[in-house]
Amino acid sequence: MTISIEASNGVCHARVTGEMTIYHAAEMKGELLPCLDSSTEVEIDLSEVSEIDTAGFQLLLLAKREAVSAGKLLRLVAHSPATLEVLDLLNMAAYFGDPVMMPRASRQM
Amino acid sequence: MELDQALQTFIVESRELLEAMEESLLGLESSPDDHDAINAIFRAAHTIKGSGGLFGLDGIVAFTHVVENVLDRVRSGEVPINGDLIALLLSCRDYIGMLVDQIAADSAAQPDKETEATGIMLLNQLRTYQAGEKKQSPISATAQSQPRMAVVPPPDGTVESDHWHISLRFGHDVLRNGMDPLAFIRYLDNMGKIIHVVTLPDAMPLAPDMDPESCYLGFEIDFHGDGVDKTTIEGVFEFVRDDCTLRILPPHSRIEEYTRLINELPEDKIHLGELLVNSGSLTRKELDEALHLQQILRAEYSQEAAPKLGDILVEQRVVQPELVDAALGKQKLAKENKAQESKLIRIQADKLDQLINLVGEMVIAGAATSLLAQRTCDPALHEATSTLSRLVEEIRDSALQLRMVQIGETFNRFNRVVRDVSKDLGKDIGLSICGAETELDKSVVEKIGDPLMHLVRNSMDHGIEKAEVRRQRGKPAKGTVHLNAYHESGSIVVEVGDDGGGLNREKIFAKALEKGLITASQNLSDVEVYGLIFEAWFSTAEQVTNLSGRGVGMDVVRRNIEALRGTVEIDSREGIGTTVKIRLPLTLAIIDGFLMGVGSASYVVPLDMVMECIELDEAERRESRESNYINLRGTVLPFIRLRDHFRERSKVSRRENIVVVQYAGQKAGLVVDELMGEFQTVIKPLGKLFGNLKGISGSTILGSGEVALILDVPALIQRAASRDAQLLACSQAEQIVA
Repeated sequence: MTISIEASNGVCHARVTGEMTIYHAAEMKGELLPCLDSSTEVEIDLSEVSEIDTAGFQLLLLAKREAVSAGKLLRLVAHSPATLEVLDLLNMAAYFGDPVMMPRASRQM
Repeated sequence: MELDQALQTFIVESRELLEAMEESLLGLESSPDDHDAINAIFRAAHTIKGSGGLFGLDGIVAFTHVVENVLDRVRSGEVPINGDLIALLLSCRDYIGMLVDQIAADSAAQPDKETEATGIMLLNQLRTYQAGEKKQSPISATAQSQPRMAVVPPPDGTVESDHWHISLRFGHDVLRNGMDPLAFIRYLDNMGKIIHVVTLPDAMPLAPDMDPESCYLGFEIDFHGDGVDKTTIEGVFEFVRDDCTLRILPPHSRIEEYTRLINELPEDKIHLGELLVNSGSLTRKELDEALHLQQILRAEYSQEAAPKLGDILVEQRVVQPELVDAALGKQKLAKENKAQESKLIRIQADKLDQLINLVGEMVIAGAATSLLAQRTCDPALHEATSTLSRLVEEIRDSALQLRMVQIGETFNRFNRVVRDVSKDLGKDIGLSICGAETELDKSVVEKIGDPLMHLVRNSMDHGIEKAEVRRQRGKPAKGTVHLNAYHESGSIVVEVGDDGGGLNREKIFAKALEKGLITASQNLSDVEVYGLIFEAWFSTAEQVTNLSGRGVGMDVVRRNIEALRGTVEIDSREGIGTTVKIRLPLTLAIIDGFLMGVGSASYVVPLDMVMECIELDEAERRESRESNYINLRGTVLPFIRLRDHFRERSKVSRRENIVVVQYAGQKAGLVVDELMGEFQTVIKPLGKLFGNLKGISGSTILGSGEVALILDVPALIQRAASRDAQLLACSQAEQIVA
């Protein structure tokens, strides 16, 4: 797992590549959360996330909550299929409020 | 490598589970209402499926899944248990066993065509139980669950009764324990359909305190599944039972309101009761009552002791008590299992063998040390070595004890054999087991299975008569096969008995005569005559059923037992029954021996077989030189002069002693020059070259480094006794039983 971070115009672009799993959870927390301190707007690009588990998902939740409580913006963009599947399974797309393509529309009843 | 080991563990555990499953299934035959047994069977199937999945053993998982489904229906009482189903489940058990065996042989193996065909046949049979069940289930399920759900508001058109509400809170350690909560939710999704999930991150602390490797999430899940019940859902979360709080609400309530309300749930901490009301599971009034009760009780007791809301709800018959009971029962069982697990350690057999080898070497080295100490005449050293040898003896015993296993496990396998064979034969036969706790060496246990199997089959096939015959003879129609085990002077005796027709002495005698094995003038005891059936030719004579063609004949049984340094004998009474006694040495490695000297050579006999030692005085020596037996307190004691037997050429010593040994109820004397006392004997097998040597069973190394031969007492006794019997027969003397 690698995270590349670029800041431009006060917006922090973080791009996660590889597995967002328990094995990298501590590392991810250490890299993602400081973004929130330094910028008012954070965009996390999930397009290269090959796998995400509870630990990884939980970190996204944490980041979102921290952002909301600090009055900052956090966007998840370009969800990879793995991340979409989890968002969908846990019905959390609405929580993040980002525009996503729902692969399984039938889920909503 | 690590995976290999884990797979080995899986194989071993699966076999144990399958054995437990078989035992419970057989138990169900006699008591079909035994819920514990049904649960045990279900658990076995479930665990095999679960662990099989971990290794990606799809064949096992797919098949076991179907079995598990049927079992689950049995468990919920939707499918009645009957003989046919038990027989089918037993076949399924065998099939799973077969799959496990294949994996044990080659982890990548694909089932061959024949196996596959068996699997498909079984699946089809299982399907009839599933299909038949589906037609009845809506009726029986509602009929059963209706009365318990008294508080559920009556359906008003919007009810979809198959929605479950599952409330999950994962423990912090669940991720660290290698579990991914998502995987369980996905699995749940496979079992039916997840209607709705609410993810609750409320328990997550603020960022600085949040440990990314802990799990803080909770989920509220609405779930729909055909034919799914509480225990199935619980089963999904079985692997995280200890790591999560799981509440399952049975399907009920107005679904529209239910889903809508949960959608509107605020993100802050939600009380279980509030949630239930919000989701329409409870009415406000019911919740108030429950909360009120809790408050009263809390006032009475300390806060910790206040009953959980769940308990109160159950008491109020709001939630199905079975749910709580099942959860509690499972937790308890898991705890018990854990307790037992921590008491048991799995060790590789070769490690144990190595330990025993080392102990053997230590015994020899210890003997050498004490020999040296004796020579120095240093009392302090003497004392130290005697303490040492006592400790060595204890270590030896405990090390050997490690190898000891109870024979019960082997015996229990025969429940199934007796059941199957009696069905095949159309006879009603039961099995009674005695002395299951008798312990013997593991290597012996492994090798005794086949001979026992043959003997049990024989008893059932040829021993026990058909029901009509039994009734005519005034015996109960149900025949019995006994398995019995006990210790007797240094050996273990395993008996296979039946209450059947017994052996026909005349018939055997006539047949043996016909085959030229004996002569008409021979005067044979009953035991000797019955022993003739162990001769090679006898195994095929006059046998018609298909059971006897299964491989080992009686001669092979005897050869197998003799390879274990054991003996077989038969006792039979016509019309009453037959008992086969197998006598085996307790251990194959180290024994307490009795050391004797003849000329310059030393010999050892197992101490357990030594009855007494007597001095042969001058008069008796002269008298006995011709006769080879003496008068021991009024009985005839045949003896063997080891000096003559082993052609010892050294000068005859001044004094001679008789060591009286006993085996299988027979006594004989061994005449030796010198008695050298007790000696810890590490048995070293003789080379192949000496394999056919009669009268010697092994060798050992003395403290001085010399080699001593271990005498094969049974063979020597037989030799003495047969010579004695011949003598007696010649002189037409009355037969005297020693």
